[in-house]
Amino acid sequence: MPPATEIVTLMVNGDRREVGVPGHYTLLEALRYGLGLTGSKQGCDKGDCGACTVLMDGEPTLSCITPIREADGRRIVTVEGLGTARGPHPLQDEFDLHGAAQCGFCTPGILCSAAALLARSTNPSREEIREALSGNLCRCTGYTKIYEAVEAAAARMRDNG
Amino acid sequence: MAKSQSDFHFIGKPQRKIEGLEKSSGRALYADDIRLPGMLHGKILRSPYPHARIVSIDTSAAEALEGVHGVVTGRDMPTTYGIIPWTPDEYPLALDRVRYVGDGVAAVAAVDEDTAIRALDLIRVEYEELPAFPDPVSALRADGSTPYVHDAEKEGRNGNVTKHVHMEFGDVDGLMETSEVVVEGEYFFEGTTHTPIEPHCAIGLWQPDGSRRDGLGEPTRDERGDGTGADSGPRTGSGKLTVWSATQVPHYLHRELARVLDVDPARVRVIQPLVGGAFGGKSEPFDLEFCVAKLAMKTGRPVKILYTREEVFYAHRGRHPFHMRYRTGCDTGGRLKSVDAEIVLDGGAYASFGLVTTYYSGQLLCAPYAMPAYRFDSTRVYTNKPACGPKRGHGSVQPRFAFEVQMDKLAERVGLDPVDMRRINFIGENTRTVNELRITSNGFLECLDAVERASGWRDKFRKLPFGRGVGVAGSTYISGTNYPIYPNRMPQSAVQMQIDRSGRVAVFSGASEIGQGCDSVVAYVAAEELGVPLEHVRVYRGDTDFTPVDLGAYSSRVTFMLGNAAIQAARKLRQMVQQAVAEEWDVKPGEVLLAGGRAMWAPDTERQMSTREAFNLAEAKFGTLGARGWYDTPKDVHGDYRGGTIGASPAYSFTAHVAEVEVDVETGFVDVKKIWVAHDCGRALNPVLVEGQMEGSAYMGFAEALMEEQVFKDTDHGRAGLHDGPSLLDYRIPTSMDTPELESLIIESIDPEGPYGAKEAGEGPLHPSIPAIANAIYDAVGVRMDRLPFSPPAVWREIQAARGAGTLRKPPC
Ligand code: FES
Ligand code: FES
Repeated sequence: MPPATEIVTLMVNGDRREVGVPGHYTLLEALRYGLGLTGSKQGCDKGDCGACTVLMDGEPTLSCITPIREADGRRIVTVEGLGTARGPHPLQDEFDLHGAAQCGFCTPGILCSAAALLARSTNPSREEIREALSGNLCRCTGYTKIYEAVEAAAARMRDNG
Repeated sequence: MAKSQSDFHFIGKPQRKIEGLEKSSGRALYADDIRLPGMLHGKILRSPYPHARIVSIDTSAAEALEGVHGVVTGRDMPTTYGIIPWTPDEYPLALDRVRYVGDGVAAVAAVDEDTAIRALDLIRVEYEELPAFPDPVSALRADGSTPYVHDAEKEGRNGNVTKHVHMEFGDVDGLMETSEVVVEGEYFFEGTTHTPIEPHCAIGLWQPDGSRRDGLGEPTRDERGDGTGADSGPRTGSGKLTVWSATQVPHYLHRELARVLDVDPARVRVIQPLVGGAFGGKSEPFDLEFCVAKLAMKTGRPVKILYTREEVFYAHRGRHPFHMRYRTGCDTGGRLKSVDAEIVLDGGAYASFGLVTTYYSGQLLCAPYAMPAYRFDSTRVYTNKPACGPKRGHGSVQPRFAFEVQMDKLAERVGLDPVDMRRINFIGENTRTVNELRITSNGFLECLDAVERASGWRDKFRKLPFGRGVGVAGSTYISGTNYPIYPNRMPQSAVQMQIDRSGRVAVFSGASEIGQGCDSVVAYVAAEELGVPLEHVRVYRGDTDFTPVDLGAYSSRVTFMLGNAAIQAARKLRQMVQQAVAEEWDVKPGEVLLAGGRAMWAPDTERQMSTREAFNLAEAKFGTLGARGWYDTPKDVHGDYRGGTIGASPAYSFTAHVAEVEVDVETGFVDVKKIWVAHDCGRALNPVLVEGQMEGSAYMGFAEALMEEQVFKDTDHGRAGLHDGPSLLDYRIPTSMDTPELESLIIESIDPEGPYGAKEAGEGPLHPSIPAIANAIYDAVGVRMDRLPFSPPAVWREIQAARGAGTLRKPPC
């Protein structure tokens, strides 16, 4: 990491973290290289692929084009923060069951986009899922298994109230 | 005898992938997730010219920059390499000539990326520009008055020709002459690239030896007197080199690192972390792997290089643009008589896999249809653009597009339904193709039946309203190649398996997990054969220090070869366990079943013990338990002619697609509504993974049909040789909104040689997408799309032409 020029505070996955970073760093760089949270991926570094998607105050956000200053003091959830100590988030489990992660590189970003969708809609249609994931490129799956996994997770979350 | 499905516990059933939760929880580690203590960051300086001589390179200012620990240029690694042993034509960094915009010329290692980027700006390279060959036409016309892309091997030859293959089987001209119907067509397949979401990344680590007690080190290059050791850093032989890389061929990387860097292969270790997609785009060594290794050796610190997305586009090795001309003749009943093809492959600046691509452009066309006579003439040429190589369906996707459109045109001429046209030409099973490839299991007819039924073909073909249409296409693909890339008589794939008193199975597998699920496949085999739950199987992988050699994830070889190797190892262990338990119970070993975590006596399954207890008995009887399994391909099965080994595979998969489209005649926009994919993969070891491969393949074919173009600027627009749009925004790959509905229909023709009867599923299902869509566009509006991609402007132009000619209408029944 180049020399740090500022210290920002992030509420990451429930923890309050202070991290010193160069001023030009993005949120993705701060997470990956400053905090060692390597779950969020960099596929393009310019806002085109969605692999770096995290939740910032609940909203899916491309962390590779989010200047670190903009994230200061915000609530960030990354893929590492979706599950709990007791087990994975239903989305994470259903992705595994449905083979929705082939190489898995798009998966962290897709999970964050899907989690935001399920937080606002408990029974999304296929069309809503497609729209919610339209900023996340997956090169392996053809998306079909991803839709199935999101639908199964939604059903499970409805059943569990 | 083939087992029926109910005989299996794991095989053939939906299962989790063993690393699935790692991936969905964000714990999975990819190359760029790895950080080593003291690690430096590297960057590569790239040529701004498509073709130029390097007059001089001055790195002194870069070296003097604070934070820079090392700089290397082509002089540091003056050895050529190439994935095909006969065509080594690349240097890790250009030595005296650059051949495409993006060719690497120098690399630096610095404390951080920012410093490395600043250092690149300080490197002074003086170039002397050379005339470039932007396309195959100019490359083929070259007369030597300006330097070829590569110097000609022999005086008087055109150095721009990488490879020329001419093959003829049967009486092509005679049968063409007597064909009642002959269709001739010209086709163009635009280049496309793999675009894995993970960019290439590598880390090098050099661990020097301590001094030897006898005071004698291994000789340096200078001591050996080869005169190249001037500034080659520490003694190359006296340490251990480790390279982590997002590669799909760790074994070939291992070989080439050792050869090019002159390090004993026994001192080289390649570690393959999980790979974030590859599709053929990571199947040979790249400049970054040599650079991290050399920089690590030079600086004594670990060095990482991560490609930018732009660099991934320039690294390329994707689908070759093909210019194709086909003549196809059949009788009045639609039976194929003669096929004649002429192909020019635009290879880019280096050979890559090009020699194989040139053969594949013709060799893989001879099924699933019988053709009595076939000729192809293929020429691969060098051009001053990033090198093309293997992309999913290597070399055979392009001709398949042309050929399946030809089939459609023939069907129309003889008045046959195109599905029936394909049926009557079916080559059959247990047969030989006209070019002598051995076909064993073949479920192509079932594939046709399945897509015809599922798509409602009979009610749609030529019956949908104008603007809407359906198209069909078929294809075949290899399950690995009988002959490895470098000639040798060693196994193509192998595993080591251990069981112990804890009840766990450990598998050491050298196969390359690139998302397709091969680590899981060995785990399913181990669980199936040894009767343990999947959670008791650990797969240790991707490290050339402790896994046996597997040749890599390419040519759809992995499940077939690795699966067979794993079955062999697991069965050796199973026999030992059965024997030990049988002795304990005083029964016959064959009567001991292992399943569901239990060992049972078949005649009375009440008599049982846990597999852990059974493993204890075996360990007590035989000592520490381990077994090896390996697979090698049949070596006596190939065509009896020069080149006849290329395309020879232990088994072939078969695919049929139906695509349904809607064409907007005002805008030229083609909306693919749905693709039905039927694929004969032999036994589907895990149907979820097979479907994933089928859907991913059909998606990728759809993308090439409608959206993707890997193109470079010519002299008229800005700088020649620059990529037209090296980003994931400009190079358009389908989002969830673009991708059509995909329906997978698995067909299982149990293969005699496949593991439990399995064949490939990773590449075959891509092929028919493109021609099926082309044929559907024709059914919709009567317009033939013989050039890719079917982008709105291209389709619109054809529609305008048809309008002018009065042919814009539903084609006649
Ligand atoms: S890495 Fe952020 S969008 Fe691609
Ligand atoms: S699973 Fe590989 S990119 Fe989506």
